[in-house]
Amino acid sequence: MSTAELEHAKTSAGLPPHPERATMEGRNKVLGFWLFLGAETVLFACLFGTYLALKGSTLDGPTTQELYKIPMVAAATIILLTSSLTSVLGVLGLHQNNYKKLMFWFGVTVLLGAAFLGLEIYEFVEYVHEGHTFTSSAFGSAFYTLVGTHGAHVLFGITWITALMIQARRRGINLDTAPKFFVASLYWHFVDVVWVFIFTVVYLMGKVG
Amino acid sequence: MATIVTIIVFILFLGAILTGGYNKELMARFRSHWLWDWITTVDHKKIGILYALGGGFFFIFGGIEALLMRMQLFYPNNDFIVGRTFNELLSMHGTTMIFFVAMPLLFALMNVAVPLQIGARDVAFPFLNALGFWLFFAGGLLMNLSWLFGNAPDAGWTNYVPIAANEYSAGTGIDYYVLGLQISGIGTLIGGINFLVTIINMRAPGMSFLRMPLFTWTSFVASALILFGFPPLTAGLFLIMFERLFGANFFDVAAGGNPIIWQHLFWIFGHPEVYIVILPAFGVMSEVISTFSKKRLFGYTSMVFATILIGFLGFMVWAHHMFTVGMGPVANSIFAIATMAIAVPTGIKVFNWLFTMWGGKIRFTTAMLYAVGFIPTFVMGGVTGVMLASPPADYQYHDSYFVVAHFHYVLIGGTVFGVLAGLYYWWPKMFGYTLNEKIGKWNFWLFFIGFHMTFFIQHFIGLFGMPRRVFTYQPEDGLTLINQISTYGAFLMAVASILLVVNIVYSYRHRVPAGNDPWDGRTLEWTISSPAPFYNFAQLPRVRALDAFWHEKMNGRKEMEPAEPLGPIHMPNDTHLPFVMTLGFFVSGLGFVFRSNEVGVLGLIIVILTMFVRSFEKDHGYHVETDEIEKTEKGANA
Repeated sequence: MSTAELEHAKTSAGLPPHPERATMEGRNKVLGFWLFLGAETVLFACLFGTYLALKGSTLDGPTTQELYKIPMVAAATIILLTSSLTSVLGVLGLHQNNYKKLMFWFGVTVLLGAAFLGLEIYEFVEYVHEGHTFTSSAFGSAFYTLVGTHGAHVLFGITWITALMIQARRRGINLDTAPKFFVASLYWHFVDVVWVFIFTVVYLMGKVG
Repeated sequence: MATIVTIIVFILFLGAILTGGYNKELMARFRSHWLWDWITTVDHKKIGILYALGGGFFFIFGGIEALLMRMQLFYPNNDFIVGRTFNELLSMHGTTMIFFVAMPLLFALMNVAVPLQIGARDVAFPFLNALGFWLFFAGGLLMNLSWLFGNAPDAGWTNYVPIAANEYSAGTGIDYYVLGLQISGIGTLIGGINFLVTIINMRAPGMSFLRMPLFTWTSFVASALILFGFPPLTAGLFLIMFERLFGANFFDVAAGGNPIIWQHLFWIFGHPEVYIVILPAFGVMSEVISTFSKKRLFGYTSMVFATILIGFLGFMVWAHHMFTVGMGPVANSIFAIATMAIAVPTGIKVFNWLFTMWGGKIRFTTAMLYAVGFIPTFVMGGVTGVMLASPPADYQYHDSYFVVAHFHYVLIGGTVFGVLAGLYYWWPKMFGYTLNEKIGKWNFWLFFIGFHMTFFIQHFIGLFGMPRRVFTYQPEDGLTLINQISTYGAFLMAVASILLVVNIVYSYRHRVPAGNDPWDGRTLEWTISSPAPFYNFAQLPRVRALDAFWHEKMNGRKEMEPAEPLGPIHMPNDTHLPFVMTLGFFVSGLGFVFRSNEVGVLGLIIVILTMFVRSFEKDHGYHVETDEIEKTEKGANA
């Protein structure tokens, strides 16, 4: 047995190596959540389609080229992508039955998510000052609906993970809380992937196209 | 209006505080009431019955709306119901029948039959199952409240913009449509995910995918269609809601919007939706025809393949509803060919049903009559469907009564016949007694004749030039007699529907225990007592072949071989949280309808709080002990 395996055997005493799939409830939850993410994908696809159809309808307001500021959005992107990495480290802590590691990395994930959200709110406020509002044009409506729905997902995600951390504080890692953390990290990755598409389709293509 | 809502919410809160916080005695009285049992249940069989009751309840509304419209069209230039009220009737009739009758009745059958057919003790998510039912019911209730508060949705069940925009549909009518469907749509999505996971994860030992009964297969594919079909509706409804309530400009051409976006989103949902309501009906027919022909379903594997193919193609054809929009000949041709291609797997199914009956030992029970009546009826609907799939011809048929006749042939001749066949077939498993066959046959023949009388003639009303959704016609149009025949037929269907209620009451009064297996069935649900015990299977059965029970019967055994020793069974606890969460959604919907955003947000806060309560709750369920199971099993078999 290698040292890593020994380490693993020591830390995961009492819990199976994949606690999120150890019970029927856990397996159902994980599969059901994957399916739910499929539905969410379609939802975002529809909003992307609406945005692409309406992004040229800026009327008198600023166009996408005038509006978007890539450096700030790039910073937000880096923050969110990093938070995906930290949530992976959190799940690693879950698999090692390492309570401290789990709490630390999921805590970092929540903070990074909140930082992202702060940047997004700042960005929206800026845009409103420049005359790009929800009701100013079809482009405005489509932009805020798409990016705002993603932002709402981030907000829900950080609230959810925070609640799970409170639960873990009370109960620790067990067969009941493990699937919840796992599923929340799936959700977090999904929100991240959607952002990668928003960064490309909305911001980069808005600058170039 | 906002004041009224605020007061209602205040009363609800007061009620919650009184019942939950302080007055323990009142709570105890609530809990001992039989209604509490139904409000908190998470048992899929009870939820199935609730779905059936809910669907039946809204069927009364949808049916009366249809009869009122047919009465208005009885005479030319009639002034019984005109203008906006007629528009409200046709919009509410369509929406109610699709979302609040067809969907819940199919969910009723799925809830009753699918877990039993795959040999499962429960669905994957009992809590979500209850939540799904309550959300459907709240959505339907919210939408039908529009009749009480003055104006109902009046832009058709398709709710096309711009006629659904504030400018052309003043008042709150469309808001009821948007929020009612949004709420019930969440419930449907939850139900779809639940059945997918149940079928993938919870099958009994030996129940491989290609040993699943066909009803389970069609429910599986229909659930997959729900999973990918409902989000576009959700997205579209959000856009319309933002447009109507918060001044967004998605569809307003003057602000750079495009109304065609709604048509695309609606039909990307809407076309899969028609397969969602027809596929489970196909499944029921397959079960019924196979059982009452005493033969294995002909071409089982091709049936499964055809079901999956129909489900897949269902997503490729939405734009055939939009041929006259002006997408151009290339797009129209592609969608026309894809649409016609669906006739192939559907044809496979029709021939398989015919060959199943061929050489079988056929018993014409009421369920079988509906199944046999379904075949020619549905084929006629399919033929007119292929006619409509041809764009040049569609330019002639578009928005005429020909289209109305077509979709009633598939929706009534397919879905409703399927639901009725399923109800007659599974009634003994739901309630422990069979429905009366003699009244059942009257019910079938009246319904069948009434249906064809109403809708066959509507093909000609359409070909003679009468547009749909129009409240009158002129005496010199020559449409009077055929419209009157159609109205007579509608009333015949109403009589048949009343006869179904009579049958239920009569059969309940003269009930005799049906026994485990009243139809000489082939699948697992007939191996357990009727009605099924709350834990379904005392021991999970070992499945050895397709038509598992029939296989055992043919090998001289009377029951399934158990796959596990008798032991304690884990069961989920009843919970009132789905109901509370639904109450939150309902309050929120009502708040947004009345343009009182504070109340709307308040409702959503209730929803989120309930989610947290649920997450923090330690609800591990309970165990049914072995001696209790033995006692129940003995009682059921005595």
